[in-house]
Amino acid sequence: MEKQFFHHALKIVEDACIGCSLCMRVCPTEALRIKDGKAHLIEDRCVDCGECYRKCPVHAIIIEQDDINRIFEYKHRVALVPAVIHGQFEKEVSMNEISTILKSMGFTWIYEAEHGAGVLKPAIEKLIADPDSPKPLISTYCPAVVRLIQVKFPSLTKNFAYVKAPLEMSAYYCRRVLRDMGYHNSEIGVFYVTPCAAKIAAVKAPVGDESSQITGVINMDLLFNRISKTLRNKAEYLSAEQSAVTLSPASMLWSLTNGEAVNIKGNSMAIDGMNNVIDFLEKLENDEITNVDFLELRACDEGCAGGVLLSSNRFLVAERLRNKAKNIISANPRSKGDSTPPIEAYFDYLMGKVKIMDEIKPRSMYSFSDDLEEAMKMMQKSRHLMCFLPGTDCGMCGAPGCQTLAEDIARHRANVSDCVFIRQTMEEKGKLHPDTSIRIMKKIWGNQNFEKNCFKKGAENESN
Amino acid sequence: MSVMSFEYKVEGGDFTRAGYASSQVKKMLKQLGVEAVIIKRVVVCLYEAEVNIVAHAYHGVIYISLSSDSINMRLVDEGPGIPDIPRAMQKGFSTASHEVREMGFGAGMGLPNIKDNADIFNINSEVGKGTVLEITINLTHKAA
Repeated sequence: MEKQFFHHALKIVEDACIGCSLCMRVCPTEALRIKDGKAHLIEDRCVDCGECYRKCPVHAIIIEQDDINRIFEYKHRVALVPAVIHGQFEKEVSMNEISTILKSMGFTWIYEAEHGAGVLKPAIEKLIADPDSPKPLISTYCPAVVRLIQVKFPSLTKNFAYVKAPLEMSAYYCRRVLRDMGYHNSEIGVFYVTPCAAKIAAVKAPVGDESSQITGVINMDLLFNRISKTLRNKAEYLSAEQSAVTLSPASMLWSLTNGEAVNIKGNSMAIDGMNNVIDFLEKLENDEITNVDFLELRACDEGCAGGVLLSSNRFLVAERLRNKAKNIISANPRSKGDSTPPIEAYFDYLMGKVKIMDEIKPRSMYSFSDDLEEAMKMMQKSRHLMCFLPGTDCGMCGAPGCQTLAEDIARHRANVSDCVFIRQTMEEKGKLHPDTSIRIMKKIWGNQNFEKNCFKKGAENESN
Repeated sequence: MSVMSFEYKVEGGDFTRAGYASSQVKKMLKQLGVEAVIIKRVVVCLYEAEVNIVAHAYHGVIYISLSSDSINMRLVDEGPGIPDIPRAMQKGFSTASHEVREMGFGAGMGLPNIKDNADIFNINSEVGKGTVLEITINLTHKAA
């Protein structure tokens, strides 16, 4: 096995958590439990998709980012921004304006992360053309999907298309350009403005890759707030000068659903949304899917336009990007006076870097035990317990469903008496004292949920 | 050594639910930590055999018996039976109707494919009565 845990960008702030269990109920990998009135993460199961972050009503789930002041540890400070930034605002915001704002924050070079997508199309098509490569090849673009496959679909890890993300390719390019100008690699910091938690996790602990070219991450919402503020004072603050879009239409749309698949020759398919992806992978694992060469799978609906750190409506973002892409007339109209060699000039260099060198290993986290006989005993126990659990998936035990509770009990991580139906039955039969019963309930849900509180959402004196 | 037994009913002609048994068995084998390549063989066999019942028979029952060394799958159907088993075992031979082929089934790879993936494979059939398929696959456990 690799390192014991994935790096997680998602963190639960215990003091803020009210133990409402909404996160537990939406987690697609059953990675959350409620204990002592707080949500707890089973780290091995979490794939950083961010569904819990979206759902949390009290912002108790946060996405850790780097301290913005870290950028000043570097002489050259590159900001890689995702193309979805162009769809965040109703008003037209030019790359020039975004650059001006980021430069005022201390960055020296602002570049769009998707420029790096240019090398991916030929790299992926080369893999597809190889008769020895497994079909369908699965895109590694979305890090949440990569992790999902590692933990839940271990047999499909061999189908990964071993190419790096556009953002990594852009980082290689930026570093190379600066090195060619005479800077040392250690003087260059490349920071990514991320639309989601999974990208952070991928940068901090790349799966199967030696190390990331990205120095740190900054969450998109921080940039969104800065730009929004500037836009309010636009007239007096920024020049109206519009810079030409330098992204190609394909790169502009790369992060949206079908952004990869439409560009890849052969039979390609695109699927978005965590639950859709899981359903499709089940079918793929059963060998029910034939004649597909390339699969683009995205954890978020509408791809990165639905990233958890984006503030605008995902459908509007996608629509705005599509409109922008349509209006790009010629590819690569570079602004006059820009002496930086374009990314295309480094095509061969980047093609040499595009391959993920290390194996992306399965990390199956759902098996009961490494010993088959032992695992069978635990499964039998869990199936036997299901005879008694109600099957209502009410979640009052602190697990997302009856079957998950049964499995947790078989793994010695929970007790039969955690089930409220079982407790009521035991009380009725005089086998459990009501005091014990309520103590168990409080142990799961915490004391706070048993006390009067008029400040909670929807109550008389609602306040946040 | 513990043995676990499961039963799944299969209705002939109901393609909407074809694959249910193989999905369930797959989920279980994953939880047991069985090696992925072996799970794949089990699923391929079971799915093909399950679809065979749906495509050709009236109804059937799948009996799964699982121990720590092997999985045994008996698929017993009531149906037209197979008149010429050696021919049915040839790659590309199929009696599937046009309707079935339209849905992407019936390429004539089913039985030979099952045999290729099984460690023990037995087939018995009586015309006008039904077919019994018995598939055994050894489970080697993955290294920790």
